[in-house]
Amino acid sequence: QLECALSTLDSITLMYPFFYRPMFEVVEDGWHAFLPEQEFELCSSATSEWRLSYVNKEFAVCPSYPPIVIVPKSIDDEALRKVAMFRHGGRFPVLSYYHKKNGMVIMRSGQPLTGTNGRRCKEDEKLINATLRAGKRGYIIDTRSLNVAQQARAKGGGFEQEAHYPQWRRIHKSIERYHILQESLIKLVEACNEQAHNMDRWLSKLEASNWLTHIKEILTTACLAAQCIDREGASILIHGTEGIDSTLQVTSLAQIILEPRSRTIRGFEALIEREWLQAGHPFQQRCAQSAYCNSKQKWEAPVFLLFLDCVWQILRQFPCSFEFNERFLTMLFEHAYASQFGTFLGNNESERCKLKLQQKTMSLWSWVNRPSELSKLTNPLFEANNLVIWPSVAPQSLQLWEGIFLRWNRTSKYLDEAYEEMVNIIEYNKELQAKVNILRRQLAELETEDGMQESP
Amino acid sequence: VENVRLVDRVSPKKAALGTLYLTATHVIFVENTPDTRKETWILHSQISTIEKQATTATGCPLLIRCKNFQIIQLIIPQERDCHDVYISLIRLARPVKYEELYCFSFNPMLDKEEREQGWLLIDLSEEYKRMGLPNNYWQLSDVNRDYRVCDSYPTELYVPKSATAHIIVGSSKFRSRRRFPALSYYYKGNHASICRSSQPLSGFSARCLEDEQMLQAIRKANPGSDFIYVVDTRPKLNAMANRAAGKGYENEDNYSNIKFQFIGIENIHVMRNSLQKMLEVCELKSPSMSDFLWGLENSGWLRHIKAIMDAGIFIAKAVSEEGASVLVHCSDGWDRTAQVCSVASLLLDPHYRTLRGFMVLIEKDWISFGHKFNHSMLLIISLDSLIYIFKFHAAAHMYFCKRTYSLWAHLWKNRADYLNPLFRADHSQTQGSLHLPTTPCNFMYKFWSGMYNRFEKGMQPRQSVTDYLMAVKEETQQLEEELEALEEVRHSCYVVCFLCLF
Repeated sequence: QLECALSTLDSITLMYPFFYRPMFEVVEDGWHAFLPEQEFELCSSATSEWRLSYVNKEFAVCPSYPPIVIVPKSIDDEALRKVAMFRHGGRFPVLSYYHKKNGMVIMRSGQPLTGTNGRRCKEDEKLINATLRAGKRGYIIDTRSLNVAQQARAKGGGFEQEAHYPQWRRIHKSIERYHILQESLIKLVEACNEQAHNMDRWLSKLEASNWLTHIKEILTTACLAAQCIDREGASILIHGTEGIDSTLQVTSLAQIILEPRSRTIRGFEALIEREWLQAGHPFQQRCAQSAYCNSKQKWEAPVFLLFLDCVWQILRQFPCSFEFNERFLTMLFEHAYASQFGTFLGNNESERCKLKLQQKTMSLWSWVNRPSELSKLTNPLFEANNLVIWPSVAPQSLQLWEGIFLRWNRTSKYLDEAYEEMVNIIEYNKELQAKVNILRRQLAELETEDGMQESP
Repeated sequence: VENVRLVDRVSPKKAALGTLYLTATHVIFVENTPDTRKETWILHSQISTIEKQATTATGCPLLIRCKNFQIIQLIIPQERDCHDVYISLIRLARPVKYEELYCFSFNPMLDKEEREQGWLLIDLSEEYKRMGLPNNYWQLSDVNRDYRVCDSYPTELYVPKSATAHIIVGSSKFRSRRRFPALSYYYKGNHASICRSSQPLSGFSARCLEDEQMLQAIRKANPGSDFIYVVDTRPKLNAMANRAAGKGYENEDNYSNIKFQFIGIENIHVMRNSLQKMLEVCELKSPSMSDFLWGLENSGWLRHIKAIMDAGIFIAKAVSEEGASVLVHCSDGWDRTAQVCSVASLLLDPHYRTLRGFMVLIEKDWISFGHKFNHSMLLIISLDSLIYIFKFHAAAHMYFCKRTYSLWAHLWKNRADYLNPLFRADHSQTQGSLHLPTTPCNFMYKFWSGMYNRFEKGMQPRQSVTDYLMAVKEETQQLEEELEALEEVRHSCYVVCFLCLF
């Protein structure tokens, strides 16, 4: 009980990041490394159809959104206020990603509050229609099954009806609700810790946890989203119920598939900033206890861990396409649950501002982005490419992430040695290349010197 | 046959149109695409089953399942043609005489000398010499020359010094199929050895003095231990059932100084069923994660792999840590015995983890000791258990007649394709035995999609770490050569420069 009390302090300001003093020199302040205006440049340089809106700068319109969001240029702030009243938690549709190749976009939001009366909001319709080119259709990906979406109406929620959104086709791709994911994690960790000798029991326990099923579901939906954008050439809107869990998994994974920048270290950090931290995923509630919570932590769920696991699956299938290695993902997992840095504290930007995290705590990125740390987290096999990468979601292609779940049950000594050997092979090659280049230059210089007429 | 479609397994809606050719040795499908004309070749003896499926509007489907788990689905427009192909393939896939096997007509245009060289590549007498034999404890015996004692054993094998011909012959009469205890592997470090045999014909109470003396001889050949392990790799129930048929296992009371151990591995029929079930799982169209995991568990395949590994680890530990010799047998001593001896040897001796060493291991434990490859899928099981030890690409079928070309020569010539870029001869992992954990580690046994879904390109990791590292290593080699050349040039430049000054 004491441990529980110590590890989930009600008062966030008593947590370690507020007392931590860095023992390293801060070269770049992580709190200002990924500013929304800078991120917006990447889109505004290609198109003028979007604008930054400061309507939420006091967090009055949507408490879980950041102060600055990207919306279609033709929609003014007044309209946004109206749309916010029609969406769960005030989360009106905003831009998540702009696909330079064809100008298609991913938007995300909360569910529309149609209720049982079939309420509609003209401003909402106008907003999302504004993202479509003339004569083109878009897709709405609802991360709830049709049944669940229909039942939501009884509680005031609902989905976009065809009659009101004729230019949009709705697809339901169910991803489990967050509390189910928590049960899954608990069962999986139990299975991993069990000392039974029996192979069959292991497989049936793994299957019963459904963890890999969730991975498959999430990756499939992300692939679908990416396909709409890249293959179909259509814009999409993604939402579930609140738009703070499965929605974010799908938007961020779709970007990993579509955009090479998200696979670089800085690009991935920017992705986490945008699609998880600023987008308002409730880290404080979701990552309080992990798998061993005794008390009924009803908001606890491994949503972010599942996302990292999906990234790892893609990394495993495309080992040369990511600038970071597995250790980077493991590091992020750990810091999301317990950290000396303030990055993952709080549930949204509003709370982070109130807590004055930027002033009172250190950002994780300040520490990670130092060359001495980065060198351990960089993937030696990385070769930058411009590809859209499509992961396989066949069961044979998905594996249990041993680096997280079996980390303490087995020695990684031999795998570490294999990794070291791989790094050595690649570094030695680079050294040789450098030596050869120097010699070539020297010889070229020697040959142009006076007195060197004949070649030996 | 023209206008045949080859269905893509991953995207069934996609089908390549082309022409199907049947030759005396192969089935060949050539795509109609004008520029590439992609060819798919299948050796008749690779074919495991052929299934004619119900005719549909698009034609008559024919499903060919290969021994290497490749599945070819063809759609032949005319029913009559489909039937002809079907009948022909059935006949071609089951050669009546050895001479009909492809290996007899395969002619890669090597001369006689090169052909013989291929067979000499694997010289078992060299291998025994490498082990340190013969020595004070083990000697080469020709008691089985002309196969006069046991027709499924090699003509030359190693036995303990104190095992006379009389003892060997007597023991062979007390063993199923005359497969008496013989040496599989000798561990130089402490004189312990792994020996193999078949089950004794002990029934409920029969004894044989010579067989008991044979085991004693094995024990005496190891001065470092006063007992030997006898490992029966069958489930206890099966071994006991064999007693009723006049066979069985060694009674500790009759054989002095043995410690008897059952390590139950299921027999070939159970394993074949298991493999069948697992392949059915692989063939499922769009399975859910649950379907896959449940199917994998239900097949029991990984359980078998673990059982073989456990047995191999037990033997390796007995030899390297306890310094005790082990006699391994199952029923006939050519299935589970071969698997378990190979695995143990791989763990104990780094030489078997090299390409050449591995070929020697297969030649020694499988071919020379008489494994029936026509009915073989047990080599697959061994390979599956080996993938856990290290990654290795291996061919799945062997030819063992000297009138053909040796597979080994072909593998050796193309060995660059089969090498592990991370291998370092001077690394601690390559010195001495590998220590695998024996604590419960069920999670380490994973489905080998590289083997069982090898041809489903969409399912494999799209970028290969191995290929990348091999390319880097090749480039490194070229850079080293260039560096050497440049340094020589520079050196000469300085000499000339120096001389010019004068």
